[in-house]
Amino acid sequence: MAVQTVIEAVRDAIREEMERDKSVFILGEDVGLRGGVFLATQGLADRFGDERVIDTPLAESSIAGVAIGAAMAGMRPIAEVQFADFVWPTMNQIVGEAARARYGTYGNVFVPMVVRSPYGGHVRGGLFHSQSVEAYFAHTPGLKVAVPATPYDAKGMLKAAVRDDDPVIFLEHKRTYRSVRGEVPEGDYVVPIGQADVKREGRHATVVTYGLTLHYALQAAESLSETGAEVEVVDLRSVRPIDADAVLASVRKTGRLLVLHEDNQTGGIGAEVSAIVSERGFDYLDAPIARCAGPDVPSMPFAPTLEAAFMPTPDKIAAALRKLLNY
Amino acid sequence: MVQASPAPQRIKPLGGDDLLDIYSTMSLVRALDQRVWMLNRQGKAAIVASCQGHEAAQLGSVWALRRHTDGFFCFTYYRDMGVCIAQGLTPRDVMLGFLAKAGEPISHARQFPLHGASVERGFMNLSNVVGTHVPHAVGWALAAKMRGEPTVVAAYFGDGATSQGDVHESMNFAAVHKLPVVFVCENNRYAISVPQHKQMAIERISDRAAGYGMPGVTVDGTDVSASHDAVAEAAIRAREGNGPTLVELEVERYLPHTSDDDDSTYRPREEVEAGARRDPLAKLRELLFQHGLLTEVQDTAIQATAQREVDDATDDGEKAPYPDPGDFLDRVYAD
Repeated sequence: MAVQTVIEAVRDAIREEMERDKSVFILGEDVGLRGGVFLATQGLADRFGDERVIDTPLAESSIAGVAIGAAMAGMRPIAEVQFADFVWPTMNQIVGEAARARYGTYGNVFVPMVVRSPYGGHVRGGLFHSQSVEAYFAHTPGLKVAVPATPYDAKGMLKAAVRDDDPVIFLEHKRTYRSVRGEVPEGDYVVPIGQADVKREGRHATVVTYGLTLHYALQAAESLSETGAEVEVVDLRSVRPIDADAVLASVRKTGRLLVLHEDNQTGGIGAEVSAIVSERGFDYLDAPIARCAGPDVPSMPFAPTLEAAFMPTPDKIAAALRKLLNY
Repeated sequence: MVQASPAPQRIKPLGGDDLLDIYSTMSLVRALDQRVWMLNRQGKAAIVASCQGHEAAQLGSVWALRRHTDGFFCFTYYRDMGVCIAQGLTPRDVMLGFLAKAGEPISHARQFPLHGASVERGFMNLSNVVGTHVPHAVGWALAAKMRGEPTVVAAYFGDGATSQGDVHESMNFAAVHKLPVVFVCENNRYAISVPQHKQMAIERISDRAAGYGMPGVTVDGTDVSASHDAVAEAAIRAREGNGPTLVELEVERYLPHTSDDDDSTYRPREEVEAGARRDPLAKLRELLFQHGLLTEVQDTAIQATAQREVDDATDDGEKAPYPDPGDFLDRVYAD
C-alpha cells in the first residue's frame, strides 16, 4: 500500500471518479490550471479538459446553484468552495434549495452533488480562513456531512460522496492536507458515509471526535497510556448522519465520554452526541459527559498565542480526559 | 442596449391555428386562475399568486420554445400557472395543488401550489425564494451542453428577482459559457409593493444584458405574437450554441401580489385599471375576430369548455382527501 497525504488521496479520489463516470465534473474558483489553492485538483484540467474542470467566476452562490441544476439534470458535480469561511453565500443554495429538492418534489428531482471545502484552523488562517462550519450543515435534513481525517477515509468517503444520490458537504481539514499521512490501498474502494471508526481501542474512557482533533486526541490518548489509562478514540467521520450505534457501543464499554471538536462549543456536534448518549446510553455512564471544544468566539484569531488559546490542543484534551477519568 | 441579431426569417410566426390554440389555453388559464382566487376567498385555497395579466407572455414563450427547439425545459416561478398548464399540468392537477390534496403530482402537496418538479412534463419550480432557481436553470443548461443534448432552458422570473445576486451570477455564468438559456423576465413593475423605479435606476431590465455580453430585448408581454417572436429568436440563438438572451416581457399584474396582499395601500386604482385595459386575453380575442379566425359561437363554446374543465377540476379537488401524513417523513434522502 502506498503512503499518501490527505490532499493526494483527495486528488486521486476525484481523478478516479472522473475516469469512472463521465457525469462527474469539477467547478470552482481556481480549480483549473492552478489546480486549486491547495492543489486538490492539480493536473486534472490537463487530464480532463476545461469542460470538465471548470474555473468559475468568483461567485460562490452560483458555484453551488449551477452545481445543483446540473445535478438535478443527472450530472455529478463536485463543487469546490475555496475556504469554508467563504461558504456563507452558498447557504441559501445548499440549505435552502439542495437540501429540500428531493423532499419538496416528492423525489421527482434530487441533487447528487458534492460540495468540497477546506475548513478548520491551527494554520494561522485568522478569522476568515480557519472556521469550522460543519454544525450549520449538520442541522439540515436532506444534507449529508462528511469530515474525514485520514488519507484512507478521505479517499474512500469522497468516492462514496460522488456516488451518493443526495447532496454531500465534504469538509477537509486543511491542516491535515499535508501533515497527515497514511496508507491508501491501490484500486477502488469506498468508505460509507455515516459510519464511525474506532481509531484507537481503550476501556477507561471514550473520546468522540472528528477532523484534526482526531489526531490531537490520539496524541492525548498516547500520552495518557503512559499512566495506565486506556482511552478509546472514536472518529465520527460523518456528522450527518451521526453513527449513534458506534458511539453507544464505545460508551457502553468505557462508561466515560469526552466529546471533542474544534468548532465552537454551543450547538456543536458534541451537543448532539451528548444528547444521543443521554437519551440512549445514560445507564452506561459512570461520569457526566464532558465537552472539549473551541470556545464561543468567532472562528480563530490570528496571532499564534491567540490561535493556541482557541485550539483544543493535545494538552488540553489530555487535561480534560484526566478530569473525566478522575471523576 | 445590445439587440438580438435580426433573424426574423428563421422565426416561424404563429399561424391562425396556433393563435386559436393559445386562445383556448389562455381562456382555460384565466378561468382557472379566477376560480382559485375565489376559492381562496372562500377559505378553501390557502394561498394564490395570480397570473392574470401575464398569460400572453407565459403561453407565447412556451409556444416559441415548442416550435423553435428540439427539446426544452422550463424553470418557472410562482406566478407561472400558464407555463405549467402549457407544459401538461391539468386543471385537476392545479386544483389539487391549490387545495393541497392527495394526488397532487409535482410535490404531493408538500409545497405551495405550482411548486415542485415534473421532469417528464419539462418544468420545475422548486423554491419559493425569489431568484434561487435561476442558477439551477443555468446548471441544467450546462449539463445539456456537456452531454451534447439539444435542450434549451427557459428561466422564468419577475422584475423583483432581477435584484437578486443569484440572477446576476447566473446571467454572467451563462454568458461566459455561452449556455443555451433564455432568461424570460415577466416584468409587471412590482416586487410585491416596491415599484420598478425603487428597484432599479433603469427603464428597461433588458439593458442589463449588455453588461453580461448577451442580447437583451424588451417587448409587449401582453401580446402573444410579440412574446412568441422574441423568445423564438432567443431560443434559436440558444439552440445554435450562441448563448443566452434576456427577454423582458412587459406585463400587468391585475391583482395584488398574492391573496395575502392588499395592493390598495401602495398602488393607485387608476394604474390598476389602466393595466387591465392591456388584457392579453381580450387583445387576443380581438385579434382573432379581426382576422376572422374566431366567431362568437366558437368563442362561447371555448369559454364554456374552459368553465366546465374548471368546474370538474374544482369538484375533483374538493372531493379529494388531504395527503395521508403516513409518508411525510419519506424522501428526505434516497434511502
